[in-house]
Amino acid sequence: MRKFILKRILLSIVIFFFVMLIIYTLMRCLPTSYIESVARQKSMQPGSKSFEEWMEQLTAMYNMDKGILAGFFGWLGDFFRGNFGDSWFYTVPVIEKFNDTVWLSFVMGLIAFFFELIIAIPLGIVAATKQYSRADYVISVIALAGISLPTFFFASLLKLLFSVKLGWFDLFGLVGRNYNQLSAWGQFLDKGHHLVLPIVTLVVISVGSLMRYTRTNMLEVLNADYIRTARAKGLSEKKVIYHHAFRNTLIPLVTIVGGSLPGLFSGALITETLYSIPGIGYTSYNAMVAGDIPFSMFYLAFLAILTLLGNLIADVLYAVVDPRVRIA
Amino acid sequence: MTDDMKNVKNDDRPPLRAQNVPGNVARRHAERITEEAVKNSSASSGGGDNGEQFSLNDDRRVKVLSPGAMVAKRFFRNRIAVVGLAILAFMFLFSFAGGLISPYTENQQFYRVEYQNKDYAGVVQNTEFRYMQADGQKFDSVLQAQFVLAFQTKKDSFTYREIDYNVYAEGEDYYRVTLAEDDTTIGIAYKDIVTSSVEGQKLSFTLVSDALAAFTNGEAAFTSDGADYTIDEAGVVLKGDDEVAFISRYVVNPVMSDVFLSRGFQEELVVALEDGVDEFVYTDENGETHTYSVSYRPDMKTWSVMQATETRVYDTYAAPSRAHWLGTDRNGMDMMTRLMYGGRVSLLIGFIVEAISTVLGIILGGIAGYFGKWVDNLIMRIVDIFYCIPSMPIIIILGAAMDAMSVDPQIRMVYLMLILGFLGWPSMARLIRGQILSLREQEFMTATEAGGIRVSRRIFKHLIPNVIPQIIVSVTMGIGGTIITEATLSFLGLGVKFPFASWGNIINDVNNTFVLTTYWFIWIPAGTLLLLTVLAFNLVGDGLRDAFDPRMKR
Repeated sequence: MRKFILKRILLSIVIFFFVMLIIYTLMRCLPTSYIESVARQKSMQPGSKSFEEWMEQLTAMYNMDKGILAGFFGWLGDFFRGNFGDSWFYTVPVIEKFNDTVWLSFVMGLIAFFFELIIAIPLGIVAATKQYSRADYVISVIALAGISLPTFFFASLLKLLFSVKLGWFDLFGLVGRNYNQLSAWGQFLDKGHHLVLPIVTLVVISVGSLMRYTRTNMLEVLNADYIRTARAKGLSEKKVIYHHAFRNTLIPLVTIVGGSLPGLFSGALITETLYSIPGIGYTSYNAMVAGDIPFSMFYLAFLAILTLLGNLIADVLYAVVDPRVRIA
Repeated sequence: MTDDMKNVKNDDRPPLRAQNVPGNVARRHAERITEEAVKNSSASSGGGDNGEQFSLNDDRRVKVLSPGAMVAKRFFRNRIAVVGLAILAFMFLFSFAGGLISPYTENQQFYRVEYQNKDYAGVVQNTEFRYMQADGQKFDSVLQAQFVLAFQTKKDSFTYREIDYNVYAEGEDYYRVTLAEDDTTIGIAYKDIVTSSVEGQKLSFTLVSDALAAFTNGEAAFTSDGADYTIDEAGVVLKGDDEVAFISRYVVNPVMSDVFLSRGFQEELVVALEDGVDEFVYTDENGETHTYSVSYRPDMKTWSVMQATETRVYDTYAAPSRAHWLGTDRNGMDMMTRLMYGGRVSLLIGFIVEAISTVLGIILGGIAGYFGKWVDNLIMRIVDIFYCIPSMPIIIILGAAMDAMSVDPQIRMVYLMLILGFLGWPSMARLIRGQILSLREQEFMTATEAGGIRVSRRIFKHLIPNVIPQIIVSVTMGIGGTIITEATLSFLGLGVKFPFASWGNIINDVNNTFVLTTYWFIWIPAGTLLLLTVLAFNLVGDGLRDAFDPRMKR
């Protein structure tokens, strides 16, 4: 087992290396007008160095003066030493901005994920046990509709209904207008209030695929021989489904749930942007659109690590939960 | 017996003949390779229809369908999938035929005539003294200032540089300043403005002073330089029947420099102002009647005269009507037509992107699956790497970069398709490789090897066709996903750009909260079309999966 994990980690590192190489090359090919504008701005200040000197210093600072490969190794070295640089757009160290925003995204993602689980798994199981029934069709179509629903359209509908027509929630932002006058508890509630619509959006958008996944796996288990055996033994249907079938369905579910956990940190890029929630997604979106290379590089590296971690966790969990899986 | 036949036809798993066992594509294929003869039996299918009698165990009693027909039959029995297919058919008609039927073109802008009150003239009641210097005398600004001082302290004389001056009140707000020593008039100060009626002709000092003297004292006639003049109520100075000058306390100025305000207009306007009206109708020399609205602004002590003018403006956000079934958008373009062309773009992008990623996926997945070993390992690691690239952020960054470089919208669309296609192939490659790994162990592949068929032919003629059901299902569902991705990007303003329409960039307008709350017809139809299309692709994909392989039905 340890050997397996070690092998997977090593492979992940190799993959990470190449992923970041591709991303770095891509970023380097973008127009670097941002450095120029910063240099111009700084050279305007009284008693400052000339534009060329600033340009030279800044390009050296961001490893932009070297070739792509050398620059990449410079960046990689800095990255592993924990030196992520300063964000151009936010003008603070990248790690500081990251710390400010990532926890909000995580909390949002965690709550949404929790709701997804408690909605998707029971419904998926109901759909599978009553295959071809009306309930099954309704659940399947709803799941597909959720998958097909474009986030921005659904968010706009929610805003129209709950923010404009009913006036229950604000259209944008994490905090209300009178946030600063509220007590600590009031501030907490205010934030929670503003997170309702984004979380509803997240849940509805992503619940469908989990529901389908549960249904597919439950059906697979229900068609297995040991379920037929259980039924043949004369066990009650309840016991067959919730004791024998459900436990076996849990194997793929645990795997996928474990694999999704790191993804909770990645932030919901689109949803956060739509609601202007200052999580890591929205923050990165602004940075990326503004051409903030240090922050974008950091965010992309972070996402790549999360993906690799998710895959790793899923693989390991699969091996742990299901002893039948042979470790290659 | 006919009942029996029906049962056979309607059963999901009809007669146990090799070519009809659903799902086992590979075995079917194997038989195709070895026995051409099977074709004949399936071609000459069907007994029963012509009422012939067969013995009970006669093969011809059983209606035999080709594999494709079986799939179609199973597909059309799935009601939800058929609904999806119908929606798709509608969307294609709407997008591709709709653009031809629609009376408007994609970028045709519509106008409406709007009546706007534009500032036409401003009227000020003169409260400052105006000065006029007598011929051959000096009444400069210093003396004018001295006069004002004397006027304010209500003195009738003032001294400046040891010269004494007298001030005579000749009428209401009308003063004459003279030299004290010989009483010669050096100038006059007045508030009622005298303007010459003949353009470009200057009025003489004598005439002005005499006219003012008469006007400010309310006299209707006066004599100046031996000529007789009359003044009417409006302040028009007439010499006989000829209009010479016009006296008024009001200054009328046109707001636009290219407008000349006729005397008649000014006179009538002043009369109207004194009556305190707020609307003023004037018929000009050409007999055209114009209506002006007049409003008084107490803070500036001015009247502003506004003229209602016809302006042609873009017919933006027009409500749905017979001419525009879904109204018009922010640029005054017909919404319905935009939706049709937007559907074209969205569907085309979906298809092209999927085509790119499918071709790449088939080639790389096929090669990896067939060769195995280090080739497989290499390609699969590349797939891993591509899987790990966060695609949405990358596309957003590239979109922003294209914004910065202001790439032409059409070229941008091509780039978008290439990027999306290139980021999408790994999942297809994985799917195909997985299938081929198991297929290549089967007997028919040994047969192709024994037959000495080329490797490329073995992969693309014998292996890939066996994966086609999975490819079709995956592509169908993939198109839906691609359309959502494209729409999301366009919504963020990083995908398809104006002047091209796409469902995403049509909805983009809801970023403006006013549009979100007021103009439902701008974004709800586009969003609904988008949702329905993607849903339909998913439903059809689901239905196809079940139809291709009923055992996989879940």
